[in-house]
Amino acid sequence: MNQLIRLLEENSRLTNAQLAVMLGTTEEDVAQQISRYEAEGILIGYTAVVDQERLDKEYVEAYIELRVTPQRDHGFEEIATRVAAYDEVKDVYLMSGGYDLAVIVTGTNFKDIAMFVAKRLSTLDSVVSTATHFLLKRYKEHGVLIDHTELDERSV
Amino acid sequence: MDYQTILSKRVQQVKPSGIRKFFDIANEMEGVISLGVGEPDFKTPFAIRAEGIRTLERGKTWYSANAGLMELRTEICRYLERRFGLSYEPKSDVFVTVGGSEAIDLCLRALVDPGEEVLIPEPSFVCYTPLVEMIGGVPVPIETKAENQFRLTKEELLEKVTDKTKVLVLPYPNNPTGGVMRKEHLEEIAEVLRERNIMVLSDEIYAELTYNGKHVSIASIEGMKERTVVVNGFSKAYAMTGWRLGYAAGPAPVIKQMVKIHQFAIMCAPTTSQYAAVEALRNGDESIEKMATEYNMRRRLIVNEFNRLGLPTFEPEGAFYIFPCIKSTGLTSEEFCEKLLFSQKVAVVPGTAFGNSGEGFIRVSYSYSVNHILEAVERIRKFLETL
Repeated sequence: MNQLIRLLEENSRLTNAQLAVMLGTTEEDVAQQISRYEAEGILIGYTAVVDQERLDKEYVEAYIELRVTPQRDHGFEEIATRVAAYDEVKDVYLMSGGYDLAVIVTGTNFKDIAMFVAKRLSTLDSVVSTATHFLLKRYKEHGVLIDHTELDERSV
Repeated sequence: MDYQTILSKRVQQVKPSGIRKFFDIANEMEGVISLGVGEPDFKTPFAIRAEGIRTLERGKTWYSANAGLMELRTEICRYLERRFGLSYEPKSDVFVTVGGSEAIDLCLRALVDPGEEVLIPEPSFVCYTPLVEMIGGVPVPIETKAENQFRLTKEELLEKVTDKTKVLVLPYPNNPTGGVMRKEHLEEIAEVLRERNIMVLSDEIYAELTYNGKHVSIASIEGMKERTVVVNGFSKAYAMTGWRLGYAAGPAPVIKQMVKIHQFAIMCAPTTSQYAAVEALRNGDESIEKMATEYNMRRRLIVNEFNRLGLPTFEPEGAFYIFPCIKSTGLTSEEFCEKLLFSQKVAVVPGTAFGNSGEGFIRVSYSYSVNHILEAVERIRKFLETL
């Protein structure tokens, strides 16, 4: 993989100057590469990896399987875009296999999310069925092990 | 009991390692951030660990042949050929040791009689001098210079060669300086040695961590294979320090004597580690390169940061250390390290731990994550402002 992208994926707070040194190139070159990746829609955002449970005890996430009837001409696009429009929805993916759309929904408690699914998602015309799975514990997020403060066991 | 009279005089006279002294203090302190260690921060690639586990599950827990599993020796020879163009016979020219360290010890013991001289370029890793002393040999330091990026030059070598010179230790890529010897530099050294009965102990444990080009072994230089024992191992290249596995490759008569000592003192290297190492050599080239790429990025970053701190740091082309010059602070290496540790809680190693010519320098390891390195640099910046 491209080394610049890999470095940014790991830590997007490195400055262009630091990135340039690490890659053995100039700051201008890094800036140019980043602009190009942004323009091409390859770099689409910079985010923090947050341990939500630690930050906010009232945080619940659920993984919803949606089975939908694809629409003539539009396939899954229309329903996927519609589902994605809700603020409660964090991610939407089209899947192969036993169901069609994977939807990740966030909320403050189980009931909220259950109600959101019942009221907003299952009522959509093309939705055939839903199955809600609540996330209980996170072990790894964006490649980072969570709650896993590994001590450097090497003798100093 | 008066142990001083009981203990061997020779052993008592050997000075303890200068690296440990600082670390014993650092280990007692809270919140210390270290740039001190001499081992990879990567874990052994999982496929290699899994192979060790698999053989344990199958109960492969016996001694191996003294010289090591034939399978492993064969893979080592293939590796040396593939990576460095060296050709050795698995049966007679190679054997497996408990880390590169054992191979260094055995090589010296097999070659050096009491009173004979061993040339040791400095700064260099702490083990050579004590090991020579313990067999009654005479360590002869050769002070290499910062302006030569701590390479050994022909002139420096010639100055120290005598009738009693038996072995030249060639520790490149170098710990602590990060200096390397390229082909043209090795040619110069070979020129001096080809006409003499001096053996080279080439410690190439950091060979895979060579940047801006590939590592060249002195054994691949014309006429040098017959007078060189190559020491290498799995610790640095494959992040396998705790497995304790290394090897030596060289002329059959030398290897034969080394194996004899090994057989009496050690029996064989850990069998589990040997099986894991076979996997490492068969499928590990990609892991090596991945880790080397990572080190290389950190290397460029840390050299840049230290130069920006105003501590002149030449660009090291090997291992995972930089060797910044701290003379501008007016402090000795030891003072610098001590003050830095107590005021900002950053642990680095004084250059003098690696020989007198390390005075005025410190060894800084970049075997750490980028964030760790940047945090330590920030603390050193604060420290320098208080001077």
